[in-house]
Amino acid sequence: MTIMDKNISRRAVIRTMALAGGGMILGFKVPNAMASVVAPKPWTTPTDGAEINAWLTIDADGTVTIRVPHTEQGQGALTAVSSMIAEELDVPWQSVRAVFADMNRHVNQGEEYVVTTTHGSQLIRQQHPHIMQAGASARERLKEAAARAWGVERSAVVAQQGELKTGDNSASYAAFANAAAEVTLDEEPAIKAYGDWWLLGKELPRLDVPVKVNGSAAFAIDTELDGMVYAAVRNTPVPWGRLVSYDASATDGRPGILGIVEFRAEDGKRGPNHLQDGIAVVADSWYRAKVALDLITFEWDFGAEGEISDATQRAEAERLWDVPGEVSNEAGGDAVGMIAAADPARVVTSEYHRPYETHARMEPINATVHVTDARIDVWSPTQDQSAPIRIIADQLGRDTRDIYVNTVFLGGAFGGNGGGNTAVTRQAAIISDRFRHPAKVIWTREEDINHDKQRPPHYTRLSAALGDDGLPTAMFSRAVWFPFEGADRHGPATADVAIGDSPYLFPNRRHEKHNYNGHIPTATHRGPGVNQNAFIIEQFVDELALKGGWDPLEWRLKMTEGNEPWQRVLTTLREVSGFTTELPQGQGMGIGVAEDHGSVCGACATVSVGRRGDLVVEKIVVVQNSGYLINPLNAREQLTGAVCWELSHALYGGLRLQDGRFVNTNFDSYNLMRIHQAPEVDVHFALSQDGWWGGMGEPGGPPCPAAVANAIYFATGKRIRSTPMLQHDLTPA
Amino acid sequence: MLLTFTVNGTAHEVDADPETPLLWVLREKLRLTGTKFGCGIAECGACSVHVDGQLVKSCSVNVAAVVGREVTTIEGLSPNSMHALQRAWIEESVPQCGYCQSGQIMAAASLLERSPNPSDSEIDAAMSGNLCRCGTYGQIRRAIHRAAEISQA
Repeated sequence: MTIMDKNISRRAVIRTMALAGGGMILGFKVPNAMASVVAPKPWTTPTDGAEINAWLTIDADGTVTIRVPHTEQGQGALTAVSSMIAEELDVPWQSVRAVFADMNRHVNQGEEYVVTTTHGSQLIRQQHPHIMQAGASARERLKEAAARAWGVERSAVVAQQGELKTGDNSASYAAFANAAAEVTLDEEPAIKAYGDWWLLGKELPRLDVPVKVNGSAAFAIDTELDGMVYAAVRNTPVPWGRLVSYDASATDGRPGILGIVEFRAEDGKRGPNHLQDGIAVVADSWYRAKVALDLITFEWDFGAEGEISDATQRAEAERLWDVPGEVSNEAGGDAVGMIAAADPARVVTSEYHRPYETHARMEPINATVHVTDARIDVWSPTQDQSAPIRIIADQLGRDTRDIYVNTVFLGGAFGGNGGGNTAVTRQAAIISDRFRHPAKVIWTREEDINHDKQRPPHYTRLSAALGDDGLPTAMFSRAVWFPFEGADRHGPATADVAIGDSPYLFPNRRHEKHNYNGHIPTATHRGPGVNQNAFIIEQFVDELALKGGWDPLEWRLKMTEGNEPWQRVLTTLREVSGFTTELPQGQGMGIGVAEDHGSVCGACATVSVGRRGDLVVEKIVVVQNSGYLINPLNAREQLTGAVCWELSHALYGGLRLQDGRFVNTNFDSYNLMRIHQAPEVDVHFALSQDGWWGGMGEPGGPPCPAAVANAIYFATGKRIRSTPMLQHDLTPA
Repeated sequence: MLLTFTVNGTAHEVDADPETPLLWVLREKLRLTGTKFGCGIAECGACSVHVDGQLVKSCSVNVAAVVGREVTTIEGLSPNSMHALQRAWIEESVPQCGYCQSGQIMAAASLLERSPNPSDSEIDAAMSGNLCRCGTYGQIRRAIHRAAEISQA
């Protein structure tokens, strides 16, 4: 790393107005609803109460402060964690305030929050036992403290709505909070069973809504500190390319430019947050840095990877469709041989494609780091707030005990901010360390999209043979995807997730996959893998059903016989959607079902297609089976959001790869759904309540693209086997 | 260069390069960070503010162009978050991540100034310049209708 310093002077900041949201608690109560509060900067909120355990404190006035170790990226974590603890603790919801937990304490003192990442639609389904346990444990310790003072058995003490009672004795939780903090239980209590809840299961407004309607909610990119320096960055346009030289002479003498910092990739460090070659211009304002950066000329060496494009990838995929791959699932007899021997008139073969997609969270990739000799502070939009501590400790060789995360709201994440998915935190740390000023690095939208960790493209060929009853006798698929360095999976995503493990009862089946060694860094993405592959399998089974003379919904019921979660979704979908294949030309309904993050979700799309091929997605009916749910309001919002998320990609999105990099890197060319394109979304729940919990944040998306494509088929007679769907001519056949 | 303009009712004299987009002056010089950077090319609407009552994308307006004019940001839309839109946004539980919502509300406020009881197609036309990656469009539509009711009550 080389650095060219220029004069640093403290930037005079004109402050004529009080900071909007300077750490105060907003006293706003949601009308006509149980309400709690959250501050615009929830990491600054002080508490003077007794700490019963790491998760909560109780103030003398009865205020319960719940420390949430997760991030709030729009999925409702602050509210969900707080409500699960309040349920067990049994305190009035109005007495609860939520703050973000101290990550320095977590990392350095035994990781008592167990899990701090917020991803994988797992907070409630997988973590509710230990979160609710924290509330239950605090409640029982309060009861024990009161029991000892009153000379009775703990079982004789009732704890309800912040009050402890037995016989004639009663006291507030606050009165025994200090004593409870000293109690050790012989045995931790069990958590409440579903159905015993007084708070969970109700429509609970999100705590973070009020601070998000007046500009006060603090995001990482909003961090403004006295003496701050700002950096704009040009990363190697082709991932892991080499910076040969650059000419920055055009920036000489420009006002406010403080220096240029060169970043270099290090041998053997190819992880998602490791440095790649690039340049940062550091200035006293971000816009000055960005304008100067645009004046710099670069010479890069991209090697052979600078030749890769969508066309070269397609050629590779088509070649690999004829090469045996790794078997991901096989059952029954020789499916490939049976299909080859079958009457060609009874065989269906189709090829599908999904392109690269990007997270494009509305908050561009950024980080602020303030390095001093005594301590380091960081503001980072990451889904794991403990991750920046480890990343900065690694980058600067500092002790994790000296690094503090100021947990901020995230301007979206969607699987793309998983604990340091880019080098931006390292870049900010390097700059702050060198300049000894707080440093904020913001990537332009173009850098954000080109250098995000993308969703890998998929190319899949499927074949099936049909029997006399019109149902498949044999099924074969061969999937090719392009993950970074040939990864086998990103979280649940694989080349053929939802295809190779499809629950349909194919009597003979074989599924193969190729993990191509892709040069574009890839990662998880809301609904990873299933969002792509449900588009494929759920259209292919419609092809099979229609070829075999079956109604698509009846086909799915028949092919999932005995599978209770799927049967429940399908029968409910039939009831609530009015699905029919009997609409006039130009109108269509289509269905899709997918299993994602432990939930089964079905969708029915209603579309109209005009004579010139203009598509309107009028309505999406979603039926969700997550086993259970704790907040129907937030659940509906998450499902609706996930529908828009995936239809954005399926209808409009699609990154285009050319010369080793992406060419549509802003919202004028990477198109996402807008309000006039958003369908009405009607959400229904069909919960098995059978001992298993599914996720809520992601499963709404996967069934939708196929539902829309199947509806387009019924409206037009055209089968749309690749996305973005609007790139196809939809003029009715 | 010293530039003088009014923001949320208060006169400011700011030292900035005249070609700097208003967005960055609001955020860095005035620390009004409710107005967001999203794309820099007036495609996402996260930076929406009002200049003399007109909706503008502040990422694409030079600060020199607002000299002598009145700028309103989300922080100045109302005292105490009590604008009908802010109340409706809370009632309808609109925000998820919240990053785009300042711009959504400023665009909706401009719409309600022109059309106090807008139709769905007016909402489509007025709000299509504002992206929401969380997909809160249905809630936004309901909240605008609700705000119209609140305003006319």
